[in-house]
Amino acid sequence: MPAKTILSRPVYGTLSPQTGKNHLFVADAEGASAILDLAKKAPDGFFAGAHIMFIPETSRSQFQAPLRALKPAQFYEGPSIAAALPRLRQTLANAHMGLRIYLAGTEGLIGQAMQVALEAGIDHSSIQTEHRGSWARRVQCVHCKGITENVTTQPATCAHCGLLLLVRDHYSRRLAAFQGVCINAEDPSEIPQKEEIFR
Amino acid sequence: MSAGTTKLNVTVTDVVAVNELVKRFHFERSDGGDLPTFSGGAHVVVEMRDGDKSRLNPYSLMSSPHNTRDYTISVRRDDSGRGGSLFMHNRVKRGMEMVISYPVNLFSLDLRARKHLLLAGGIGITPFMAQTAQLAGEGGNFELHYTCRTPALGTYADVLRDRYGKRVNIYYDDTNERLPLERLLTSQPLGTHLYVCGPAGMIRWVRETAAAHGWPDETVHYEHFAAPQPGLPFDVTLALSKMQISVGEEQSLLEAMEAAGIDPPYLCRGGVCGQCETNVVSYDGTFRHNDHWLTEAEHCSGKKIMPCVSRFEGKSLVLER
Repeated sequence: MPAKTILSRPVYGTLSPQTGKNHLFVADAEGASAILDLAKKAPDGFFAGAHIMFIPETSRSQFQAPLRALKPAQFYEGPSIAAALPRLRQTLANAHMGLRIYLAGTEGLIGQAMQVALEAGIDHSSIQTEHRGSWARRVQCVHCKGITENVTTQPATCAHCGLLLLVRDHYSRRLAAFQGVCINAEDPSEIPQKEEIFR
Repeated sequence: MSAGTTKLNVTVTDVVAVNELVKRFHFERSDGGDLPTFSGGAHVVVEMRDGDKSRLNPYSLMSSPHNTRDYTISVRRDDSGRGGSLFMHNRVKRGMEMVISYPVNLFSLDLRARKHLLLAGGIGITPFMAQTAQLAGEGGNFELHYTCRTPALGTYADVLRDRYGKRVNIYYDDTNERLPLERLLTSQPLGTHLYVCGPAGMIRWVRETAAAHGWPDETVHYEHFAAPQPGLPFDVTLALSKMQISVGEEQSLLEAMEAAGIDPPYLCRGGVCGQCETNVVSYDGTFRHNDHWLTEAEHCSGKKIMPCVSRFEGKSLVLER
């Protein structure tokens, strides 16, 4: 768990079963293990009102069977976060108060699913989150506004305008992205060494 | 001067009997001009000078926040209370000069909500009078459900129905109409916030049912001013002021401190805002906690007391005041 450097830097908790009858889980890769850990603490019948949306990513097939064994009312498996988000948006549009939201996995998954939930009118403090897996970041370049996915290095190259960006801890829930600021604006010939730090 | 308790000199411009239990009071600034702006859900603390007794009771503002020419409050007569409502009913007349506090809002609307579900019981309707006026003026999405004893005691039920039509639902106890709470709580769109004001039992019922149906705490708002309850007199030592005071049967600990010239901070005088929280230095006896501010653990710890509503019975009590 990273230190809370500045106020906007998200911190994540540990999923725990909330009261209510309807529960929506969104997880990618190792995020599935957070759902499986919650299941050990959940009351009987908890998953009868649950909807699990899972994006296996690189985790291959190790989590599908144990997640299905929880017997959720609905189980969805998607090829990518981008493919799952419209489905999440649709699910929330038809949902009612009392639906509890649980997000688990990479920062990119948690951030983007939360962005959709916020747009649906849910307060971020009402959403349970747990980080598992990669710390790769979604970064918005403050210069061209383009978003670069899966940034693991510091500095990082903007996939849109090519500037070399210092990846800050400054985070936007609205954009679901960290802020990237040109690291060598004064002297573009100065190229700091890239280090892989967001693994 | 206590934080947020700047005073306003006002004149009673009208007193209206709304029904057999409720009277409405209108206040205007004695020096003319507009009163401070407020938001729906705000209250003022009204000072009642009754001979050598002085009472300060909080009442929700019920007039529209869009009109600050006057403030209005509605007071339900409580024949078994400490006499604040009886003073308002029997002694306050048009033309009288009074002192009230600046408005303070401890029950404000969360304007990020997509929809506001308002649940009122009895005289708990008053903050919603102001909130509905505010929301209607801003095109806000709201639904009001109001439970009262009988049509004759349905304070402002007719006014609300005239103003807002189908957005207002009224339930009368005497004909066994009951708020369909479960149905309401399970059919609201995401982004709805819930507000409840009424008797303690109703607030508890609504909060527990909402929690059981998965409503996050952040979306459930409630206001319950616990009027200070009378009780056995008791003595208190104030360690910082090096004083010994006595709290009378009809007096609250906060009022007794004020009478002795101590000026602890307060905002609500009803056990909800937390301003008057006071540390206990030592005690030998039993606390009678009546507030909604301290946690259960703090109540049991014997280390804190809310002097606006809570009392003490026993041999000695020393407070850090």
